Amino acid sequence: MTTEPTSTDACLDGSMPLSAERDIVACRQLVRKLTQELKFSLVDQTKMITAASELSRNTIVYGQGGVMRWQIVSEGARTGLRLVFEDEGPGIPDIDLALTDGWTSGTGMGIGLSGSRRLVNDFELRTVVGQGTSVTITRWR
Amino acid sequence: MKPENARFDNVLNAAPEQFLKSWLAEAALSLDNVSIAKTAPHDAQELLASLQEALRADADVTRFDDAKWSRTRTVLSELSQSRAAQGASAGETNYFVLAIKKPFFAGLRQALDANPQAAFDAVLAASALIDRMAQWTATTYQRSRENVIQRQQQELLELSTPVVKLWEGVLAAPMIGTLDSSRTQLVMETLLQRIVETGSELAIIDITGVPTVDTLVAQHLLKTVTAIRLMGADCIISGIRPQIAQTIVQLGIDLQGIVTKATLADALSLALKKGGWAVSRPVR
Amino acid sequence: MDRIPILKMGRYLLVTIQVDLLDQTALALQDDLSERIAATAAQGVLIDISALEIVDSFVGRILASISGISAIMGATLVVVGMQPAVAITLVELGLSLDGVRTALDVERGMALLNADGASRSDH
Repeated sequence: MTTEPTSTDACLDGSMPLSAERDIVACRQLVRKLTQELKFSLVDQTKMITAASELSRNTIVYGQGGVMRWQIVSEGARTGLRLVFEDEGPGIPDIDLALTDGWTSGTGMGIGLSGSRRLVNDFELRTVVGQGTSVTITRWR
Repeated sequence: MKPENARFDNVLNAAPEQFLKSWLAEAALSLDNVSIAKTAPHDAQELLASLQEALRADADVTRFDDAKWSRTRTVLSELSQSRAAQGASAGETNYFVLAIKKPFFAGLRQALDANPQAAFDAVLAASALIDRMAQWTATTYQRSRENVIQRQQQELLELSTPVVKLWEGVLAAPMIGTLDSSRTQLVMETLLQRIVETGSELAIIDITGVPTVDTLVAQHLLKTVTAIRLMGADCIISGIRPQIAQTIVQLGIDLQGIVTKATLADALSLALKKGGWAVSRPVR
Repeated sequence: MDRIPILKMGRYLLVTIQVDLLDQTALALQDDLSERIAATAAQGVLIDISALEIVDSFVGRILASISGISAIMGATLVVVGMQPAVAITLVELGLSLDGVRTALDVERGMALLNADGASRSDH
């Protein structure tokens, strides 16, 4: 069965560019707005916004810029927010290492990637060296 | 419109009042709830409208998961959610959808009187479609019930995790029952909130009422203490029974410098001392 | 770019963060504080984050840095007013902010610094 948007939501998906440092703040503000509209609890809002902050920074600083796509998702009776952070940067050579806490690539990716995984319900990382990286996170209400 | 869609559409339009009446009568056979009976006609009409919309948009009657059936799916989801919230049984809710077969088959038989083979095929197709609708209803009903139960559990959880002020600047959170992730989460949130509200610098988490402590439970407790310390307050864990102390040592759990006391009384005594209080008893 | 103002209160410096921080603003704060501590020979720094709704690993690292830098220059940093949701998220994120002193509010933060100062003057 395919997932589909609920009929009552006005705007179900969108995207925003992630190219300059100020976009990290813009991204946080957008995710705050979305999680508030979806009536997430305050703690869940904070977790999602923080994860978005980490991942958007990675996209801009290490991915050499990219885009964040967002989508309101439903599965039967539950609703959630899905964010995809995509870049066409250098990619991550060693995924296991990158997802280890406190790992730094010398360019300092540190705890952002592995930490974000703990802040959300679903986490998916796809990367190809030389082509780019895509991180998808979902948080259900 | 595709011919089979047109055929179905005609059945729905031929004698709409009669159709509705027959459907509701059939559904009522399995209906105990008076308030649901009141909303049934409205529900039925909404469902019919969505069916007509889909049929006229040339939705494929063999693919109920198609995008064109999305409004019907939404209507059915909302129906099962509201019925679930009102306490209707899964059977009743399901039967409401299945009951549409009665007037539908009657209509098809009438329309295709002259062609039994075509009538048979149409009834088969209609039955399959309605079964898929009922299946969808059952699934969303299930999820709704689960949501309701979850919410009730949450409320129960909130009632059973009170945070009390023991003294000026000292809060206590007595934990009772098994410490699972959601309960610990709730206690953590409530406790932290109360710390801010009351400006208490010490929290005592009492686990006298917790039957077992394993590595997972210890992890949850450690997270709670870390959060409390991050905010600038401190924490004592009390109510450590001998068995629990043994388990902690055996499992090699590192309590990372958290102060622990056997009883809540000991913890309170320590808390008072830390706060600079001295208790005296005048000699009689 | 807006720089976060630093107030002098006796021997201490007080910083109140009220906006969603741009990375460069946080870095500028680190620089500005280092200079002010040196210039005023401050003995303590209070950073009030009671209005900060998001503390991610970048801000966390900056706070840890400021704590280290202050200590080397003879001042103690106390971060005050962390919101519960922020604390919970930081724990989940895995940031322990080890070495950073915290207090519930400015008042208690000052009491902490005063106590520190008292024990200092005993030497």
